[in-house]
Amino acid sequence: MSSRKEHRVELLQGTLDLILLRALETMGPLHAYALAARLEQASDYPFTLNQGTLYPALIRLEQKGWIRSAWQKTENNRDAKYFSITPAGRRALTRETERWRRLRSFVDKLLLESAP
Amino acid sequence: MISGLRRFGLRVQAFLRPSHTNREIEREIGAHLDLLEDDLTRRGMSPDEARRAARRALGNVELTKERSRDERSFPWLEDARRDTARLLRSFVREPGFFGVAIVTLAVGIGATTAIFTVVNGIVLEPLPYNDSERLVAVLHSMPGVDADDAPLSRAMYLTYREHARSLEAIALWRTTSVSVTGEGEPEQVDALIVTDGLFELLAVEPIFGRTLTAEETAPGGEPSILLSEGYWRRRFGGEPEVLGRTLRVNGTDRAIVGVIPEGIELERQRPSLYLPLVIDPATTRVGGWSFPAVARLRPAVSLEQAGHELTSLTSLATETYPGIPLAELEARDFSTYVRPLKDDVLGEAAGALWIVFGTTGIVLLIACINVANLFLVRSEVRSRDVTLRAALGASKGRLARQSIVESLVIGALGGAGGLALALAALELFLAIAPAEIPRLSNVSVSPRVVLFTLGVSLVSGLLFGTVPAIRHARRDVASALREGGRGLRSRGPLRSLFAVSQVALAFVLLVAAGLMVRSFQAMKRVPPGFHEPESVLTFRLSIPTSEATSGEEAARAHERILERVAAVPGVEAASAATSVAMDSWDSWDDVFVEDFPELDETAKRFRRFNWIAPGYFATIQNRLLAGRDFSWRDLHERGAVAIVTENFARELWGEPRRAVGRRIRSDEEYPWSEIVGVVENVHTRGLDEPPPSLIYLPFFMGQFWERDFAWRDLRYSVRTSRDLPAALVPEMREAVWSVNRNLPLYDVMTLEQILERSMSRASFTLVLLTLAAVVALFLGMVGVYGVISYLVAERRREMGLRLAMGARPRDIALLVVRQGARLGALGLAAGILAASSLTRLMDALLFEVRSSDPPTFGVLALALGGIVLLASYVPARRAAAVDPTEALRLD
Repeated sequence: MSSRKEHRVELLQGTLDLILLRALETMGPLHAYALAARLEQASDYPFTLNQGTLYPALIRLEQKGWIRSAWQKTENNRDAKYFSITPAGRRALTRETERWRRLRSFVDKLLLESAP
Repeated sequence: MISGLRRFGLRVQAFLRPSHTNREIEREIGAHLDLLEDDLTRRGMSPDEARRAARRALGNVELTKERSRDERSFPWLEDARRDTARLLRSFVREPGFFGVAIVTLAVGIGATTAIFTVVNGIVLEPLPYNDSERLVAVLHSMPGVDADDAPLSRAMYLTYREHARSLEAIALWRTTSVSVTGEGEPEQVDALIVTDGLFELLAVEPIFGRTLTAEETAPGGEPSILLSEGYWRRRFGGEPEVLGRTLRVNGTDRAIVGVIPEGIELERQRPSLYLPLVIDPATTRVGGWSFPAVARLRPAVSLEQAGHELTSLTSLATETYPGIPLAELEARDFSTYVRPLKDDVLGEAAGALWIVFGTTGIVLLIACINVANLFLVRSEVRSRDVTLRAALGASKGRLARQSIVESLVIGALGGAGGLALALAALELFLAIAPAEIPRLSNVSVSPRVVLFTLGVSLVSGLLFGTVPAIRHARRDVASALREGGRGLRSRGPLRSLFAVSQVALAFVLLVAAGLMVRSFQAMKRVPPGFHEPESVLTFRLSIPTSEATSGEEAARAHERILERVAAVPGVEAASAATSVAMDSWDSWDDVFVEDFPELDETAKRFRRFNWIAPGYFATIQNRLLAGRDFSWRDLHERGAVAIVTENFARELWGEPRRAVGRRIRSDEEYPWSEIVGVVENVHTRGLDEPPPSLIYLPFFMGQFWERDFAWRDLRYSVRTSRDLPAALVPEMREAVWSVNRNLPLYDVMTLEQILERSMSRASFTLVLLTLAAVVALFLGMVGVYGVISYLVAERRREMGLRLAMGARPRDIALLVVRQGARLGALGLAAGILAASSLTRLMDALLFEVRSSDPPTFGVLALALGGIVLLASYVPARRAAAVDPTEALRLD
């Protein structure tokens, strides 16, 4: 239990948006539950991702016009809200990815230089 | 950027359609749970297990909803909306709670705001002149003759004006009263005699025309005059062509050269006219300290520097001008000092106002404690509701914020009500405020006052709202739920602390009011030196040189008028004097006594004088202790006679009888005046000051400042058998006008009013302090009653148990009353401690009562103790009447 906990990854503030956009771009329209499931599968380490925290992020992205949503039936004939990425969302993703890379290389460099 | 704007728009939309937003979120989360459940069931969980696991996976559903709503709209706006809605629901559900809280607060804030408005207008606001902080009053201190704020003499003014480098400018002024005759009814108006440069110094521009020139204030200058704006509007209807016209003032035609705006307030009265003060350097002497002076300091000159420089110019003045020599001034410890003009204008009023302001602050504090108490009771009642919401996931911050928002809104509403109350209270205040309080016309609700009210409302809102908020924040949900939501036991001590502090604060105010009452009683016991003042009508009457050229003619006119006045039906006696009792007309001069030439060498030479007509003592009913009154024959024959008061006679000759026949005079050049009578002392400076020794001289004398000198401006006093002395005024006017139609009566007052006015500051403070004390007592009583009632309700079960076990109702009642007594005793102990240090601040307002007066403290402690017991007796009876079976059945 404890060893598991140590390997959990805390999501950095703002990275959730990037991850969601990326997931929607690569996998097409998804509902929130499927998104959460994908994220858990995709990571080597489990996220400390409370599924409920997806919703505020999705609302934020939709209001920015980066994703859009529509109610559809699932394969099991349930009602669910599907989210898909918009052209503006793709552009934003490119921008955000670039920014993330820069940030990551900066942090990496810093960590390597000051490594003992 | 665009996405930001878009988001903003959508948020606004979501805010405007909250129910839609909420439904959407509910639906999404519902769908999510469904999907999760399906998945879990497929993996082999039972439906029940799946539902619970799904909830766990999603986390706190309420919190998710809340965060999603926050994201969709504006969280703070959203919060405000929900808090407001909740508040409105509360208002409707608990009108009693909110009503009492708001009204209590409004009373406290209203009183504080009203008094702050007064303090602000009078004490805090700067004088209405440019750079007013550089304006100072110039005064002399002469400890040798017991004078610490003597005005200037002309010689000092001329010296300072020419040589003082610390002053930019200096001007003299003096109040007077002049008659205006000519067109229409004659009238007597207040005027200011001023040197040139006063208006320039104050930086007051005339509305039109000009101010006085140096020529007009020099001997032989053109007689000119300035009108005040108010007088110009009243007498000339605001006509602009008034310049160049003349006004007959004291019988002299004077050319109107300008109109001065309102707002100049050097003394209490607002002058209608400004006349030039003519100074002739050729006849100027050192002495005659009778002109108040105002000056403008040069920039960066301190008060001390200015005083120092002016004092150093004393020898220059005595070298330049004749009169009192330097040696004598030095013997009097003569020095000059300056103080801010504002201090000079405010006088002693500021101290009394701050004390009253402090007491209303205490009332506000008591009101706040009461409201905090209400909040505690309420949070008790609502605690189950609150606990439930906390358990459901409402964040602690939100719950605490809610109670703070609630108290802020109550604070704001209380503040609004308080402002309205303050406006009403201000009317009342201005109606009862004595005219002696300076700058009253400057009192109005200014932005600063509104800001103050706002601040006070918010601070008091936080004051009583924070306590319950902290309680909520600290609450441990699980244990609160276990308690059945009935609340925390630890409220008792806090509420008791509230009750104790209320009793203590109320005691402080009661003692303050009590001390004022005692001072007032002490003053009332002082024999003023006259009797039945309510039956004596007084008015001033002045005979200018235009109506009677010589002193003898003026004296004869006064005599004839007095005869006519005395002949009016219902008049028992009539006389006149330069000053009647404490009408604030003061004249001091040296006195020389034949038997005691050594008096010359001492400061005791300086005495108060009053010039009177025969019959004065009979009219005001001041007793003649020895000798006789003046007669008209004394005046006709220009007899050199004098009457002295008992204290003067005793001081010099041991007993009144032995003073008769001795001789005194006020100048070595004058003939000796024989003392023909000795009369009772009179408190001319107010009942709280010892009666000065007083020398009476006839108002018409063969030899005084000039040959055949008569005082022209006299206060008449008329004793009547009629019930309403004021009703005599028309007949008095007729009597005066039957002698001369150009003579206006003015400043009409009964002797009783003069007496009351001299006590007005004390009575005014008394009324305000008593009002504050009564409100404090009432609020404090409510507070104690509330706490005891609460404690009784809390121990209801225990009471029932005791009764069931055989306790008598009396024992139960005693138990409760004892609790009240303990609170009362603690409160009184704290109150006595606080009062004994705080009341020291009001020493200056007290008369013949020490601020630690034991009887006042004792009686009030007993009274307040009794009231506290009474307030706990009612709940005690309720406790005794508890039905044991019912009380025990309560869960």
